[in-house]
Amino acid sequence: MREIALHLLDIVQNSVTAGAAHVEIGFALAADGMLTMTVKDDGKGMSPELLERVRSPFVTTRTTRKVGLGIPLLMQNAMASGGGVALESQLGVGTTLTATFNTASIDCLPLGDLAQTMATLIMGSPDRPDFTLTCASPAGKMDFSTAQVRAVLGPEVSLAEPDVVRWMQQSLTEEIEPILGGIMR
Amino acid sequence: MKSLAELEAIRKATLSRINLRTEDDSSTTRVVVGMATCGIAAGARPVMLAFMDEIAKRQLNNVTVSQTGCIGMCRLEPMVDVIVPGQEKVTYVHVKPEMVERIVDDHIIHGRPVHEYTIGAAE
Repeated sequence: MREIALHLLDIVQNSVTAGAAHVEIGFALAADGMLTMTVKDDGKGMSPELLERVRSPFVTTRTTRKVGLGIPLLMQNAMASGGGVALESQLGVGTTLTATFNTASIDCLPLGDLAQTMATLIMGSPDRPDFTLTCASPAGKMDFSTAQVRAVLGPEVSLAEPDVVRWMQQSLTEEIEPILGGIMR
Repeated sequence: MKSLAELEAIRKATLSRINLRTEDDSSTTRVVVGMATCGIAAGARPVMLAFMDEIAKRQLNNVTVSQTGCIGMCRLEPMVDVIVPGQEKVTYVHVKPEMVERIVDDHIIHGRPVHEYTIGAAE
């Protein structure tokens, strides 16, 4: 993966597959350059046994083969920068993943195109879950919620409509740039 | 969030267009993009959005774009299936955004798959 935003796209698919109704995504950049990415879902959660093993590349829920590299690759890139990945989960309640990156490190991936990732996620799962995105840095804060977009669109117009997807992508690009623009490329 | 008034205008424009669509599944062409870890790492994200744009630009009302997981041929990602009703599924491999226009024009609109981009040509 060449971007933190691509890891996000990959990791959030797990929340969708887990049947989440809400996925809360957060990016917080501290003054010292530490970036904290959180993905909190209310999906089916993991048992303590699965949570223990899920960091292994030889654990996966898919059936086509026996390796799953989503979490191991995220861990590798977070750790290479001097950060890490923490996972909390409870069966029937949900899962929270927290990844930290030291953006001051030369080995840290750029954040990348977060707006494109959000657009792709929403396009892939337009009806459920609802996504929220919060970005914060010393430069400011922004919030985005698909529930708000859905409220305007009403029941007939899908969030996957190309004009809607592009509107969300442009709106997010404009709002994220002033806050996290310094670590995007 | 950006002005919701703009979104309201999009809603109205979309509603008037939706009414033109047929709900008949048997005439719907499906574009399916591989979006597992392997597909994403190989560049599937901009490919998916390129298909969405190209289909919207040409106002193809009976084409849907969706995502799927890993189908076990990670080295050929990004992979895209194009399924035209009544025809055999065509699998494109190592798809880049700049290949999308031709796939939509030649295959989806004119019914001629772009053989040089298919899995048959790659293997």
